[in-house]
Amino acid sequence: MSRLFALLAVLFCLSAAAGATENLLAPKLDIGKGGQCVEDPQWMRKNHMHVLIRQRDETVRKGIRDGKYSLKNCIECHASLRDNSVIGRADSFCQGCHRYEAVRIDCFECHSGKRKSVLVQGK
Amino acid sequence: MSDINVQRRQFLKTSMGLAAVAIAPGMLLFEAAHGKSDAVSSKVRWGMLIDIANCTDGCNDCVAACNKENGLSGGTSPTDSQWMRKVELKNMSSGRTLSLPMMCQHCEHPPCVDVCPTGASFKRADGIVLVDRHRCIGCRYCMMACPYKARSFVHEPLHDQNPDVPRGKGTVESCTMCVPRIDRGQQPACVEACPNKAILFGNLNDPDSEIAKKIRTVASVQVRADLGLNTAVRYQGL
Repeated sequence: MSRLFALLAVLFCLSAAAGATENLLAPKLDIGKGGQCVEDPQWMRKNHMHVLIRQRDETVRKGIRDGKYSLKNCIECHASLRDNSVIGRADSFCQGCHRYEAVRIDCFECHSGKRKSVLVQGK
Repeated sequence: MSDINVQRRQFLKTSMGLAAVAIAPGMLLFEAAHGKSDAVSSKVRWGMLIDIANCTDGCNDCVAACNKENGLSGGTSPTDSQWMRKVELKNMSSGRTLSLPMMCQHCEHPPCVDVCPTGASFKRADGIVLVDRHRCIGCRYCMMACPYKARSFVHEPLHDQNPDVPRGKGTVESCTMCVPRIDRGQQPACVEACPNKAILFGNLNDPDSEIAKKIRTVASVQVRADLGLNTAVRYQGL
């Protein structure tokens, strides 16, 4: 019985240690203004790509531009307050996490990664 | 017997009334929720009528406005994007000269859409011919198919595009009639920029619109009408 307890204790320690390492390795993101998102953050982490693909087709093909989800609005809130961008640095909101997950994003080969209000002022 | 009939009539009346009361708010809510997010419809066909008599020789304001709106460099080399060009024409026998803007003619039967192997080139329900760059593979068949030489290919990587007008290397692009502006209820940039109001923009399908009235009353032509493409851009005085 005591052997079983010891085993459980060791397992518990290991899992706790694993949890701690995970937190250490997780990307540190510059979330910009942040604040209230269109959905719960955990849901967004899992589903933002599906939402964006659906929104992109509806906007380009059908001209529906007033939906709840919009890449432009993502950038408006989440661009860094330092360089007004979601890409370009290791802790940038989009790039930081995608680098950690090793998923290439090609959104920003056509779309601007900068906050619209800044681009408009800069012109 | 008559008693039964009266009851039946009463029952039908009340149930119809109840049904109407139950359905009406739902319909209203649906309208409110979907009023603005409706997809564009084929009841509208956007078009332009360009009055060449009012188009000044040497004036380039529409092209400059197009370049600014869409973030184009304004260069005219073969590898630069040009969505709109000013064309100077001269009739060699009479010596008459004309100056007119030339861009995507937004055909009803667009050859670029016919040849596109991926479905990237498409015509929106309201008649605007566009490239869906998410699907464009940069093969440039559409550029070869277009009789108006309206499309350009992006050769170099781009940065800091207008957030409303995403553009990128390896895809084909052309005049979009400023589709984000149209969806906001504004006029295309070239129409607003013309100092002589030579470009009239509107809905060709609405018989009461200014453009439809003018097309009914003045002589206008489509460029290369012989191809039967039924362009949305028409010229007056060509």
